[in-house]
Amino acid sequence: MLQKARTENADTPQAPSGQLVLTLAGICKSFPGVRALSDVSLELYPGTVTALIGENGAGKSTLVKILTGIYQPDEGTIRLGGREVFFATAYDAHRAGITAIHQETVLFDELSVAENIFLGHAPRTRLGLIDRARMNREAGTVLERIGAAIDPQARLRDLGIASKHLVAIARALSVDARIVIMDEPTAALSHKEIEELYELIERLKAEGKAILFISHKFDEIFRIADRYTVFRDGECVGAGLISKTNHDALVRLMVGRPVGQIFPKRKAEIGPAVLTVSGYSHPTEFADIGFELRRGEILGFYGLVGAGRSELMQALFGITKPSRGAVRIDGEVAVIRSPAEAIRRGIVYVPEERGRQGAIAGLPIFQNVTLPSLSRTTRHGFLRLAEEFKLAREYTSRLDLRAASLDQDVGTLSGGNQQKVVIAKWLATAPKVIILDEPTKGIDIGSKAAVHAFMSELVAAGLSIIMVSSEIPEILGMSDRVIVMREGRIAAEFAREGLDAETLVRAAAGIAGEMPPMPDASTPAPLQGP
Amino acid sequence: MRLLKSREILLAAAILVLLAAIAWRFPGFVRPANLANVFNDTAILIILALGQMMVILTRCIDLSMAANLALCGMVVAMLNATVPGIPIPLLILFGIGVGALLGAFNGILVWKVEIPPIVVTLGTLTIFRGIIFVISGGEWVNAHQMSAAFKALPRAPLLGLPMLSWIALAAIALMALFITRTPLGRAFYAVGGNPTAAVYTGIDVGRTRFLAFTLAGALAGLSGYLWVSRYAVAYVDIAGGFELDIIAACVIGGISIAGGIGSVGGAVLGALFFGVVKNALPVIDISPFWQLAISGSAIILAVAFNARAERRQGRLILRNREAAT
Repeated sequence: MLQKARTENADTPQAPSGQLVLTLAGICKSFPGVRALSDVSLELYPGTVTALIGENGAGKSTLVKILTGIYQPDEGTIRLGGREVFFATAYDAHRAGITAIHQETVLFDELSVAENIFLGHAPRTRLGLIDRARMNREAGTVLERIGAAIDPQARLRDLGIASKHLVAIARALSVDARIVIMDEPTAALSHKEIEELYELIERLKAEGKAILFISHKFDEIFRIADRYTVFRDGECVGAGLISKTNHDALVRLMVGRPVGQIFPKRKAEIGPAVLTVSGYSHPTEFADIGFELRRGEILGFYGLVGAGRSELMQALFGITKPSRGAVRIDGEVAVIRSPAEAIRRGIVYVPEERGRQGAIAGLPIFQNVTLPSLSRTTRHGFLRLAEEFKLAREYTSRLDLRAASLDQDVGTLSGGNQQKVVIAKWLATAPKVIILDEPTKGIDIGSKAAVHAFMSELVAAGLSIIMVSSEIPEILGMSDRVIVMREGRIAAEFAREGLDAETLVRAAAGIAGEMPPMPDASTPAPLQGP
Repeated sequence: MRLLKSREILLAAAILVLLAAIAWRFPGFVRPANLANVFNDTAILIILALGQMMVILTRCIDLSMAANLALCGMVVAMLNATVPGIPIPLLILFGIGVGALLGAFNGILVWKVEIPPIVVTLGTLTIFRGIIFVISGGEWVNAHQMSAAFKALPRAPLLGLPMLSWIALAAIALMALFITRTPLGRAFYAVGGNPTAAVYTGIDVGRTRFLAFTLAGALAGLSGYLWVSRYAVAYVDIAGGFELDIIAACVIGGISIAGGIGSVGGAVLGALFFGVVKNALPVIDISPFWQLAISGSAIILAVAFNARAERRQGRLILRNREAAT
């Protein structure tokens, strides 16, 4: 543990104000098959907002979980006010004065505002019962301190999302937190509410709190943060003062690696349009989506988390209903009301969350594979097990699945192999269009390469692929064209040639739109194809 | 699969040990004729457990099966009493139809109104019993009001076994075929094992559950006739409390209450375990209260065993989920 303690103070440019509150040094955290954080360090100062920046999957969430005691680091030290600490549970971190405000507030709808604020540390009467009067009074005081006009006795469910955020912040302050972590706090807020949040952050700064501010939005970071730390692939790749950097430098740090060679997208013959989507809208998730997918093409969908990519794909697959718009398959109008219909029409969707949406633990491998194709292995209403085994063997062997037997429970396989089973399941339906949502998220490098090679094989065989991915190298390496989504709309469309990571990040974060156009940031292409 | 099979073998072994222990003191109990009796006595429970198994596999539960049975039993008994001329097979089909309809009502509430199954069936359990009271006016249908053919069918011997046993055996065979070899049977497992994944696979989760409830209802309807004709009486409270025996048989048989895990063999063995205990206790002169305690202990043991088997799985899923973040 200790040999990892590096010279964290030496490479820090002069602390802006006062002492370090929190120092992380040499933090490592691995999960089976994934190294989430390696040798990461971070410093927080009182009265200072430090922005934590990184691509999706860079390790930010893992770091927050370590700071809040949900995960424990494998290696490295956490120092709080100079003293080394260890958070075995979330409660330990909470008591140490570290508190987090999450993207989706973790509060209780059925409890009152005051109860939410003081849950777990409510003032007690002499008999050990909760002192409601005092709790409401103190809640009122805390709310007042942050300038929130909320009745402490109101039920939380009656509040809007912005007020809930304020309650979460009040909760953070009620324990006299020294460190406040804000994980994309503005994601769900309106412009006015964001301004109010900035004011609140200023107030917290004035009170001497150390704030860790996680955000994808550069304008926000330059507006509110004093310092920054950039994560990439679980490593800390840069830190310093915001005043001494600029957009370009941060984007480069975030992305900064050579891309293009790792991913073997082979040239495939691009044919006529297979799937044409126009004016496709959803009441809440996305609007005016139009694109074309051609035979033999891999169409990449890039965007920040919450840009509406998965939601769009779920609608195309018949899980949710669009409010407007048309879908054509091979030029024919197709109304897809259910996943079963989508599968019949030749569209399949390999979801992102294997555990929840993909494999069915408890069923053996072969039954997982054949589940959407049962109509083909059924004769006179009865399943033919021999046919099922044949189908399952054919597709799992093409994906090089490692399993003792096809009779093995899927739940006993590794993440990468489960992903292969899920992909095999969809290939077995003989689709025209495959939608892959984060196809290589959370799987090891070897399995990644296998999945990528296989994607090339599929398009060479005349299939078309929509690949939703948040990994820039994957997008740049595998896609023939890239569509960038932002806030439920198509923000830009790029051809693969000449596309670079910075352009992509700019389009996704909306930088290009809010700053004078840069020569290298290609202007958004028209929504429809050429 | 292998795990399930081993669990069934374990349960079969437990039943054999139980039988051996009883035989040690009362050798008469394990005479083939008596064992056939025990099976015959458990036949209705087996049929009902098979129905309940389908529902539980889809991660639902049906508390109204016994009430459904009682209502169908009353309907066919009253029909027989008023119009004795209706052929018995037709009457049985009618009972099955009524049962399926009641089951479908449960299923619709679960599917379209999206009420939790436990609440739905707790409600319909009471409604069904209430309907029996209304249509019968609280009166009994007694043996002398039933036609001879009505009462004779379950007892009619065929190759040394009464018809009731044959019906149970047929139900077991058909259910085994249905569950393992049809797309719908497979869908039950998928829906209970991982409802979200089932949706993505193109399975309509609500519809699948609806069908499970309907089929369970049909089996309850069949059991309604069998019960009423076997005991030659129908009244509001027949099979009162039996819904819990059905669920207990399933649980003992290794059908996971969390859905997605279970087998026909398990359900049958679970019911048989129940049957053996129930029939043996009077023989060895133990009070029926002990019977309840023993059944209860068996349920807890079975659940504890299943929970241990399932926890291993849960941890693995958790690990994968974390790996994905």
